[in-house]
Amino acid sequence: MTPSWKSIVAKPKPKKSRWLLVIALFLLYVWAFMGIPYSGLKDTALQVTRSIAEGLFSPDWDYVYLPDGEDLLRGLLSTLYISILGTVISTLLSIPLAFIASVNMSSTKLISGSGKMLLSFIRTFPEIVMAILFIKAVGPGSFAGVLALGLHSVGMLGKLFTDEVEQIDKGPIEALTAAGANRLQILWYAVLPQVLPGFLSYTLYRFEINVRSATILGVIGAGGIGTPLIFALSTRDWDRVGIILLGIIVMITIIDILSGAIRKRLI
Amino acid sequence: MADPKLSLSAARPTPPSRMKHYFTLILLLVLIWLSARGTDSSLQELVQGFPNMLELLREMFPPKWSYLDNILPAMLETIRMALIGTTFGAVLAIPMALLCASNLTRLKWVHYPFRFLLNLIRTIPDLLLAAIFVAIFGLGPVPGILALSVFSLGLIAKLTYEALEAIDQGPLEALTSTGGNWIQIIVYSVIPQIQAHFMSFTLYTFEINIRAAAILGLVGAGGIGHYYEVTLGLLEYEKTSMIILFTLALVICIDVISMKLREKLL
Repeated sequence: MTPSWKSIVAKPKPKKSRWLLVIALFLLYVWAFMGIPYSGLKDTALQVTRSIAEGLFSPDWDYVYLPDGEDLLRGLLSTLYISILGTVISTLLSIPLAFIASVNMSSTKLISGSGKMLLSFIRTFPEIVMAILFIKAVGPGSFAGVLALGLHSVGMLGKLFTDEVEQIDKGPIEALTAAGANRLQILWYAVLPQVLPGFLSYTLYRFEINVRSATILGVIGAGGIGTPLIFALSTRDWDRVGIILLGIIVMITIIDILSGAIRKRLI
Repeated sequence: MADPKLSLSAARPTPPSRMKHYFTLILLLVLIWLSARGTDSSLQELVQGFPNMLELLREMFPPKWSYLDNILPAMLETIRMALIGTTFGAVLAIPMALLCASNLTRLKWVHYPFRFLLNLIRTIPDLLLAAIFVAIFGLGPVPGILALSVFSLGLIAKLTYEALEAIDQGPLEALTSTGGNWIQIIVYSVIPQIQAHFMSFTLYTFEINIRAAAILGLVGAGGIGHYYEVTLGLLEYEKTSMIILFTLALVICIDVISMKLREKLL
């Protein structure tokens, strides 16, 4: 009788710390589930779900274009405007910050370090909260949304730009320095050509995210399609909720495809 | 006799046309101008509003530390929501990712529809999902958890199926040639290759979900977000700043822990 492979190759023994981890995780989940008030489904839940599904399949097509006032197309367009302007503002702010925060461009570690810290601080600040603050400053409306997106995106864009700047090839810089170029010339002829495709690609990527964010800014009154959506939800106008959701899905899908195609050509 | 000027210009390559760049620039400027008009943006308004904002920031300082006791339960609820939402999402993402990966599900008419469904899920932002679930299930953390679950499903499944398509085909072929069935192939050749990535994606999603859960309360989906409305509505800005600081501290803590774990995993 041939020995089974189990007697030839010993099974690796799991570490003892593994059990500790399992128990800790188990306790964590017990704690998490204990805290959730499970009150059962509301009686109306099924009915509302059906209404939303019906609304999605029989959308309020009249809402797409109304000759006067708030309609879907104008809402989507304003969402798009908010995200475009927000992305442009954040790009303009991110580029100088990225050069300050990158180790190879700043003169001292202190400056690049504090630049990086500023970026991660901005990144952890939720954009909705930023929008609330800007609403207090410039009043409710699209402009507050633009400013919130513009400032919040700096956190992520600045970080991505910094990584891009830190990865560049030193060769062209040294060549230009040896040929006697000044700082501006080095930046223009050696650094910029290397980082530009990356910068553009990341900007487009952030634009995709910003379009999604801009659709929710309306929830707190910072413009865009979110405002009519929340209004339709609270008045239980499911047909309108359906058409707005469809509009958002179609717009985001188109933008993702376009932006993805451009990004593929860039890099 | 050839013209020396002509031969010289023929030898030198012509610089690439810049028309495309100018055209892109003009298009971009037009877009910016349209956007600025469409959103009623004006620098003047910002400059005028700036003192208001400084005033607001001044009123936020110093934060009211004693408010911590009031918001601690809501903060714990936020963590719970993120934890449960991420877990549900991760569990649901496993079959979804397997069905979307073209090297494991070879039938085109299976993985294309599932990918389409995944893209559809990913287009809807989490706060909108939460708003819809609140309409269905009423106020509280349950709609928040569901919204986070759907959102996590989209994110984890996408990252995982892309990682699945990049795995080494060798073990798969070895198991196929020794007669392993589909489940055996998944268990012995796919899971060992993917589990570290999967855990890393799940932790990453957890980081995002903590941030998301902190604002879901704005639409009534539980967690700390509800207190933004309460304190801002009552103009108690020193409490608002306490909420913001607490959220920041939590987010940074979770990010650091999660990042350390992810570094260990990969």
